[in-house]
Amino acid sequence: MTIETSLKPPRKQLFSGDTPMSRFLSEFVESKVAVAAALLLFTIIMAALFAPWITPQNPYDLAQVSVLDARMEPGEQSFDGYTFWLGTDGAGRDLFSAILYGLRISLSVGVTSGIIALVIGMSVGLIAAYVGGRTETFIMRIVDLQLSFPASLVALMLLALMGKGVDKIILALVVAQWAYYARTVRGTALVERGKEYVEAVTCLGLSHARVLFLHIMPNCLPPLIVVGTVQTAHAIALEATLSFLGVGLPQTEPSLGLLIANGFEYVISGKYWISIFPGIALLITVVSINLVGDQLRDVLNPRLRK
Amino acid sequence: MNTPNTLTVKNLKTHFFTKAGVVKAVDDVSFSVKPGEILGLVGESGSGKTVTGFSLIGLVDEPGRVIGGSILLNGDDLARKNEKQWRELRGKKIAMIFQDPMMTLNPVLRIDTQMIEAIQAHEDISKQAARQRCREALVRVGIASPDERLASYPHQFSGGMRQRVAIAIALLHEPDLIIADEPTTALDVTIQAQILYEVRKLCSETGMSLIWITHDLAVISGLADRIAVMYAGRIVEQGSIDEVLDTPLHPYTKGLIESVPSRNKRGAKLYQIPGMTPSLLNLPAGCAFSSRCSAKQSDCLVATPEITQLGEERQVRCFHPVKQEEMA
Repeated sequence: MTIETSLKPPRKQLFSGDTPMSRFLSEFVESKVAVAAALLLFTIIMAALFAPWITPQNPYDLAQVSVLDARMEPGEQSFDGYTFWLGTDGAGRDLFSAILYGLRISLSVGVTSGIIALVIGMSVGLIAAYVGGRTETFIMRIVDLQLSFPASLVALMLLALMGKGVDKIILALVVAQWAYYARTVRGTALVERGKEYVEAVTCLGLSHARVLFLHIMPNCLPPLIVVGTVQTAHAIALEATLSFLGVGLPQTEPSLGLLIANGFEYVISGKYWISIFPGIALLITVVSINLVGDQLRDVLNPRLRK
Repeated sequence: MNTPNTLTVKNLKTHFFTKAGVVKAVDDVSFSVKPGEILGLVGESGSGKTVTGFSLIGLVDEPGRVIGGSILLNGDDLARKNEKQWRELRGKKIAMIFQDPMMTLNPVLRIDTQMIEAIQAHEDISKQAARQRCREALVRVGIASPDERLASYPHQFSGGMRQRVAIAIALLHEPDLIIADEPTTALDVTIQAQILYEVRKLCSETGMSLIWITHDLAVISGLADRIAVMYAGRIVEQGSIDEVLDTPLHPYTKGLIESVPSRNKRGAKLYQIPGMTPSLLNLPAGCAFSSRCSAKQSDCLVATPEITQLGEERQVRCFHPVKQEEMA
C-alpha cells in the first residue's frame, strides 16, 4: 500500500478547501469506474423522475395504448408511424416508456424503504449501544433473530399476509432490512461511545439525547451510508423479486419486476425483449448503485485511507 | 488563609468491584483546594489519581463506585447527587480537561458547534450570544483569529491548539473547579510551557481552583501551589509545593524527586525506586510502599500508617518519615 502510493504522482487537487466534504469528493473521483457509475445512476434517477416528460406514451393510459401494437419487435413501427425502439409488450405498450415508469416505482419503493429502515435501524442500534446492559441484549437478540431469516422469506410472508400495495411492500422491505442497519450502527456506536470525546462532552453536562444524537451519531454515519447504498440496491432487487413472484405491487403500478414477469411467458416463443430490456434496466440500476456504494466504502473507511 | 475552600474531599473511597476482587483504587483520600489555588496530584500510573479526578466529576464507570466519604464543592455534597443533578454541575461548576487533545474534540463537528453546544447545555441564550462567548473564550486562551478558528474542524488544529480549545471549552461557564488530567503530557515542551503559563494566569485572574493530575514533577514544581502525592490509592504526602519538594518526608516522595534527571548530577546514575507498584487487588499487609521502601522497619509490615498532621497543611502517611539530614 505504501509503496504503491509513493510511486503515484502527487494527487491532483480537484476540490479546494479542507472541509470533510471536499476531501470526500476529491477521494471519490479517484475511481473512474465509480464516477461513471455515479453519472449513470444520476441519469437513471433523472430519467425516472422526469419519465412523464421524456417518454413518448403513458403506458398506463389506455387511450394511448393500442392492442394492435402488441408484441412488436424492437425497432418496428406502429400504424401511426412511431418507432418502438425497444419493442412493445403483450398489451401493446411501448417498452421504453414502460421501463422508465417501472424505474420510477422501483426506485421510489427502494429508496423510501431504505430511508425508513435506516432511520429505524439507526435509532435502535444507537440506543442499544449507548444504554447497554439488558436493553442491548434484548434488542440485539431480536436483530439476530431477524437476520437468521432470509430477507426475501420475511418479505414474502408479510406480503402473503397483508396483500398487495405500494405501502405494504415498503413496510415489508423495511421489516426485512432494518436489522442490517441496527447491527452496523451498534458496532460503530460501541466503538465511538468508548472514545474520549464522548467522556469529554459528558463532562460538559450534555444530556444523553444530545450526546447520542449530536455527537455519536454523526461519527457513525460513514459505515451507515455504505450499508445504506448497498441495502437500497438490495431493496430494489428484492422488490423486483417479489413483484415477479406476484406478491409485490399490483398490476396497476408495474415496477421493473412486474414487467419482467409479464414478459416471461413470451420468452419461450422467441419474444425475448419484453423481459430482457426491463431486466437489463434493473441490472444497470443495481450494479451502478453497488459500484457507488463500493467506492463510498473505500473512501469512508479510515483503515483503507491512504 | 481563612477563605472557605472551594473543594473539600474527606475520606473519599472509590472501589472497583471486579470478579477478581475489590480494587481499592481510591482509599481514604482527603484534601482541599482553595479558590484560585492549584493543587498538583502526583503519582505513578495506577496510583489512583485519575480515578480520584473522575470521582470528583461523578464519572466513575461500572464496576467502580464511590462507596464512602464526602466531596464538598462550596459546601454542597457531591457524593449524594443523582444523575440529573450531576449533569447540571458538570461543565457549569466543575469542568474537566483530558490528557489527549487529539481525542477529546469530536472529529466530525466544527469547533463552533461543539462550543455553542457546551454553552447551551446550561444556559438559555441565543446562538449569536453564545458564539460571542466562544470567541472571547478562544481569545482568552491565546488563540489568534478566533472567528476563522471557530469555523474550523479539529483536524485543522495542531495539538497545542486543540488543548487550548479544550481549555477554552472548560472555561466557558467559569467553573469553580477544573480538573486537568495530565493535559500537557501529549504536547511538546514549548507548547507545554505556554499552556502552563496561560493556565496559571487564568487561575489567578478568575479565582477558579484547579486540580492538576500528572506524573511530571517538573511541570508541577512550576505550576502548583500545593501538592498531594498518591501511592496505591492513598495520599502519602501533602503540603505546599516548596516544602514537599525541598524537604520530602515520605520515602516515596523522596524517591520520585530523586528520579527526576537533573543537570548538576550529569553522569551519575539516576536514582530508581526499586520494584513496581503493587497490584491494588492484593496490597501487602501494613504500608503499601513497604516492599519498595529503603527505610522500612518491622512495624511497617504490620500496620498501615495513619496520617500525621504536621502544621496546618503538611501531612504525611509514614511511620518513619525521612529525616532531613539524610537528604543529600
